[in-house]
Amino acid sequence: MTAQPKARQLAFTMYPYARSADQSAPTRAHHPVVVVGAGPVGLAMALDLGRRGVPVLVLDDSEGIGEGSRAICFAKRALEICDRLGAAGPMMDKGVVWNTGKVFHDDRLLYEFNLLPEGDHAFPAFINLQQPYFEKFLFDAIQAERAKGAPIEIRGSNRVTAAHPSANGVTLEIDTPDGPYALQADWLIACDGARSPLRGMLGLGFDGRVFEDNFLIADVRMNAAFPTERWFWFEPHFKSGDSALLHKQPDDVWRIDFQLGWDIDRARELDPARVRARVDAMLGPDVEYDLVWTSIYTFQCRRMDRFRHGRVIFAGDAAHQVSPFGARGANSGVQDIDNLGWKLAAVMAGLAPDRLLDSYDTERVHGADENIRNSTRATDFITPKTPVSRMFRNAVLALAETQPFARAMVNSGRLSVPCTYDGSPLNGPDDPAMPARTRPGSPCPDAPIPDGWLLAALDGFTLLTLDADAPDHVTAHGITLPRLALTANDALRTRYLGAARGAVYLIRPDQHVAARWQSYDADAVAAALGRCLGKE
Amino acid sequence: MPLITANNLSDPDDSYARLIATHDGLTEAQSHALNARLVLILMNQVGDARTIAEALDLARATAR
Ligand SMILES: Cc1cc2nc3c(=O)[nH]c(=O)nc-3n(C[C@H](O)[C@H](O)[C@H](O)COP(=O)(O)OP(=O)(O)OC[C@H]3O[C@@H](n4cnc5c(N)ncnc54)[C@H](O)[C@@H]3O)c2cc1C
Repeated sequence: MTAQPKARQLAFTMYPYARSADQSAPTRAHHPVVVVGAGPVGLAMALDLGRRGVPVLVLDDSEGIGEGSRAICFAKRALEICDRLGAAGPMMDKGVVWNTGKVFHDDRLLYEFNLLPEGDHAFPAFINLQQPYFEKFLFDAIQAERAKGAPIEIRGSNRVTAAHPSANGVTLEIDTPDGPYALQADWLIACDGARSPLRGMLGLGFDGRVFEDNFLIADVRMNAAFPTERWFWFEPHFKSGDSALLHKQPDDVWRIDFQLGWDIDRARELDPARVRARVDAMLGPDVEYDLVWTSIYTFQCRRMDRFRHGRVIFAGDAAHQVSPFGARGANSGVQDIDNLGWKLAAVMAGLAPDRLLDSYDTERVHGADENIRNSTRATDFITPKTPVSRMFRNAVLALAETQPFARAMVNSGRLSVPCTYDGSPLNGPDDPAMPARTRPGSPCPDAPIPDGWLLAALDGFTLLTLDADAPDHVTAHGITLPRLALTANDALRTRYLGAARGAVYLIRPDQHVAARWQSYDADAVAAALGRCLGKE
Repeated sequence: MPLITANNLSDPDDSYARLIATHDGLTEAQSHALNARLVLILMNQVGDARTIAEALDLARATAR
C-alpha cells in the first residue's frame, strides 16, 4: 500500500539500537533462523519459533512500532493463534468488540445487521484494536518468553541491504548506525512488508491488480456518545467521498475512511482544514473531535508466484497484499507463520524432510488466493469499475432496503475467516459421516471442554478422541502425540462428530485437521502422521 | 409460488462476481442486450406466471 505518511514516528520504542558482538566478530556470525522485519508477522514468527526453542534473530530497520493508521480489525483465527502464542489476553482486554453494523446509501439507512457470531467459542468474530497495540502485545509476549529463556533476539536499526542465497543458507549484509556488517543464516524468513526490499534483492515479482482509487484514512478522537457500531455509506449524502466508513477503536478513537477517487491532489486532501471539513460533514456540525492521524492509501491485490525460494521464505505482506476490505492483511500474515513455524521446526530438528516446507507454499498460496478473491470482490462492489457494474451495484442497494435477499449481495467487506487447505498434500483420510467444516485441511473450530476451551488444549500434534478409545500416547516418526480424550457435548457433536458415533482426529500443531476416522487404528494414524510430515 | 425474499443463493459473492464479469468488455448497448437475454432465461427458469408478475412489480416499485 502506498502511504504518504508524515515523517516516520514511533508509537512505541521497543528495541533501540545496541551494538551486537556480531558486528566486531572476526568471522561472520552464524544464526539458524533470521527473520527480517518486526511488523506483526515477523514478531509472531519469532514468538512461535522461540517458544519451540528454535533460536531466532529478528532484524528491523527501525527501533519500534511505527505510528499510523493501518489494521484495526483482528479476526477470531488471528486471536486464537495469538492465544496459542500467549499474547491474546491483553488484546482482548484492550480491544473493542462490536456486533451491530449499519449500511447506508446516500441519506437512507438501508438496513442494520447483527453479526450474531456462533456461540461456544472462546474468541469473538473479531475485535477492533489499533495495529501498534497488536504489535506491542506480541512484543510483550516475546519479552515474557525471553525472560523464561526463549532464544529470541531483536536488533533495531539493522537494515538488511543485500541477501546472497546459497543451497545451505543465506548471507546477509546489514547496515547499522555503526556501519555495515554481515552474517550467515541457515534460514531467512522475509517479513519485510508489502514493499519487501528482499523480494527486490532476489529479483522476484509481485503481480496483481492496483485499484485506481484513493482512500483518505482519518483517525479522530471524540468523547461523543457514539454507539459502538460499524457504519458504512455508499455514495454518502454528505459528499465526503464515494463511500465512507466509521468504525470504533479503543481509546475513544474512531477510524473514518473516505473514498476519494483516482484523480486527486494528495497534498491538498491531507490539509487538516480539508480533512476536518469532510469529517464535519459526516459527523454533523456540533460534534467535537481531535484529528489523531491522517493518511492516503491506494490499494492493491497481488502476490508472489511462490512464497518459498529455497532457504528464503516469504510471509505476510511481503508475500501477498490485499485491499483492507475484509481485514485479511495482518490476519492472514499471522496464519502464514502459524503454518510455517511447526514445519520449519520439524525440518530443522530432522523430524521431517525439507519438502514439508513446500507445503507451506501450497497451503498459503491457496489461502492468499482466497483472501485476494474476497477482498477484490469487496473492492469491486465498493468501487465499481464500469458503468454496468455500478448499475448493478446500485440495483442491489435499491433492493436491499426492503428485500433481505439483496442484503446478501451487499459487500462492504466480508469477515476474515481462515481457509481450509482442501487438496493439500498433507491431508489424510476423511470420513463422510463427520461434518464438512472439520474435514482434513480445516482449522479446528473452538468448543467448550470440561477444563476450558478446545483450542487452548491443542498444542503440538494431538490425537483428539470423541467417544472413542485410543492409547494415552502414540509414538510414531519420532513424535509422541498426546491424546485429548473428550466426551461429546452439543458443540463438539455438531462441529466434530456429525452422524458418527465416535471420532478420532489427528490435529496438526497449527490446529488444522490432518485426518479423521471413526475409530483408532495405530497403523492408520502413523501413516497419516507421516504424510502430514511430508514423508509421502 | 410466492416470491422468495430471503437469500436463496448458495454463494452470493461468487454469483455476483460472475454476473459482473459476464459484462467485461461489452459496450453499453451490448450489456443491455445481455441483460435482456438473461432476464428471459431466468424468467423461464422461474416458470410460474404469478411469481414472475410479483418480481416485475417489485422491480418497478423499488426504482429510485
Ligand atoms: C489502511 C489500512 C488498513 C488495514 N486494515 C487491516 C485490518 O483491519 N486487518 C488486517 O488484518 N490488516 C489490515 N491491514 C493490513 C496490515 O496493516 C498489514 O497486512 C500488516 O501490517 C502486514 O504485516 P507485515 O508484518 O507483513 O508487514 P509490515 O507491517 O509492513 O512490517 C514490515 C517490517 O519490515 C521492516 N523492514 C522493511 N524493510 C526492511 C529491511 N530492509 N531491513 C530490516 N527491516 C525491514 C519494516 O520496518 C517493518 O517493521 C490494513 C492496512 C492498511 C494500509
